[in-house]
Amino acid sequence: MADVSDATIVGRGNKDGARLFREWFEGLGAAAAAGRGAAYVFVMGSLAELLRVFDLPIVFPEINSLQTAVRRVAHEYLNEAEDYGYSPDVCGYVKADVATQLRGGDLPMGRIPKPGIAVYTNACNTYIKWAEIWERMYHIPTFTLDIPGTRAAGTQTWPGDSDFANDRRYVEAQLHELIPLLERVSGVGFDVDRLRESMEQANLMSRHWKRVLELNRSRPSVFNALTDGTIYLGVANGFRGLPQGAAYFADLVEEMEYKSAHGIGTITDERYRLIFVGVPCYPIFRRFSEMFTELGGTFVTSTYLRFASGGASRGFEYDTRRPLESLAQGVLISVRDAMDNMFYQTGILLEMVDQFQADGIVYHPIKSCRTVSTGLADSRRALMRQRDVPSLYIESDMMDRRVVSEAQLKNRIDAFFEGLASRERQAAGRQA
Amino acid sequence: MAYAAGVDVGSTQTKAVIIDEARRIVARSLTMTGANVVRAAEESYQEALAAGDLREEEVEYVVGTGYGRYKVTFGNTQVTEISCHGRGAVHMFPATRTVVDMGGQDTKAIRVAATGEIVDFCMNDKCAAGTGRFLGAAASALDIPLADLGATALRGERAVKISTTCTVFAESEVLSWLGRGKKIEDILLGVHQSIAGRSAGLLRRVGIEDEVTFTGGVARNVAMIDALQASLGHRVNVSEESHYMGALGAALFALDHILAARAPVRADA
Repeated sequence: MADVSDATIVGRGNKDGARLFREWFEGLGAAAAAGRGAAYVFVMGSLAELLRVFDLPIVFPEINSLQTAVRRVAHEYLNEAEDYGYSPDVCGYVKADVATQLRGGDLPMGRIPKPGIAVYTNACNTYIKWAEIWERMYHIPTFTLDIPGTRAAGTQTWPGDSDFANDRRYVEAQLHELIPLLERVSGVGFDVDRLRESMEQANLMSRHWKRVLELNRSRPSVFNALTDGTIYLGVANGFRGLPQGAAYFADLVEEMEYKSAHGIGTITDERYRLIFVGVPCYPIFRRFSEMFTELGGTFVTSTYLRFASGGASRGFEYDTRRPLESLAQGVLISVRDAMDNMFYQTGILLEMVDQFQADGIVYHPIKSCRTVSTGLADSRRALMRQRDVPSLYIESDMMDRRVVSEAQLKNRIDAFFEGLASRERQAAGRQA
Repeated sequence: MAYAAGVDVGSTQTKAVIIDEARRIVARSLTMTGANVVRAAEESYQEALAAGDLREEEVEYVVGTGYGRYKVTFGNTQVTEISCHGRGAVHMFPATRTVVDMGGQDTKAIRVAATGEIVDFCMNDKCAAGTGRFLGAAASALDIPLADLGATALRGERAVKISTTCTVFAESEVLSWLGRGKKIEDILLGVHQSIAGRSAGLLRRVGIEDEVTFTGGVARNVAMIDALQASLGHRVNVSEESHYMGALGAALFALDHILAARAPVRADA
């Protein structure tokens, strides 16, 4: 690191992430212009490693939709889908995508190609109904990879367990069914060595991503899990299985190690280290974070960085000597991990509190997604019974600004920080 | 003698309280908030100063609270009404562990520690059913002054079940019960029970622990106190100052600042 300095390295991940994002959409724009059909996938269990083998452009509709909210045009898309007949209660991501399709793939970031196939897991029940929309619109094949949920009451089973071995075989058999379908749609033959290559790149990315997450245990924390973290997640999904993705995360590790070694944090005065639970509030993305950072709070980690990272957070690495078996193993672990993040959070969160020396937890249920929001209040209560950790429960949405009330959020956030400050004073008083 | 003030700019009314160093209330005022929030805060504060025969310079620190707290332009700092109601309630009733604050537009359930620290809180979010506004809608439909609602409801014998979950629709439901010949007293008793039921739901979300203190403007309503106690199965504390509890809490926080500034600096600090 002899030739690096604050000026060259700090903030590099965000700049490079933005550049990669632009390049990704340029590629999608070119595919759309050429009339190529894309593989439409979702962040939980995208199977990007396999899809790369067939030279399919990969579209993540969830990422496209959230971008409309970040760029403050989501309401136009939502209104269009609602005018078309979708209820206000339907997932905002779905509705923004429906409007995108009605607009011929036009998004603020560029034009995306139409789907040639949809490949998805059952990690979210909406995925299945969502793909049916494309099926009806474009008469394309869809493929549901059925991931059996864990049957071990909140704890994952791992390789070596007989249940896991059976489930892995079940998933692998489905991958064998998927491959001929991908060959037919893409016109490209399956090449196991290309699969090995993309799995190697995914392995590198996973290794680095795990390290990036660990580095935020530093004090001060080296990145904001909510704002910076979302940029990293975009690259983790869009470039999974590609050398650019692996290289990006190698650089990111370098940046975060530098920041950690030099005590460079994300805010001037890091007073409170927080954990974020749920999906971000994209309609006021920056402002939402500022309501915490202005009061000295920063997000050091989140459940989002785990369940939306395509399975990279666990640092699971494929065994490329047995590519399909290992791919099945990886998708089984990552999708289950994502589902467990939603349904069995208490243990995961308590682990995070200890590892990241967190001062509080912010739960953010959203109107648009019952899958990630149902049960959060109970989950919070269960956690409070186990540990005396301050927590805040605030509701808004990840897409729909009609249900985001900044004044109400601010009131609750201010009260949460008053509680943190009061707790701090009392702890100081006890020590004195 | 130093004085500290709290100004609570609520959605409907603005309250100001001035306390002395012994934490005694020396003056209070109540004004309608209206559209000009800055002016409401100023007027309320000036009225309190006049009521206490105090000059502005005698008040060393002012804390703004309530939804318009950032509009208390003459204030030294702001504290949320959640913390202020908790603080005020514990000051008035030191054994308080749960606070229910019923205001014009929102109802808060607050759990506090013995130290006065806020442990948890919960508020109505998107809907004003279960708040003072719900009572206002019923009063308007029945053409009864707000101040008479409680006493009228207490004369009710067979409460009418108010099923709507919407403040706006409550008005039409009340009218429809009138049309079906129900007595005003019974309808109002039903309205109070409906609001109390909703507030009890909020309280259960934070966990109800004795003692429960009822604050906010609606705490002046005797029928609501009864309905809340019946719904919770708990006795609730109600102070003469319940309406001013947010402003009182703010004034107590203001006094903390004054006393902290006077505290001698420790040699090892």
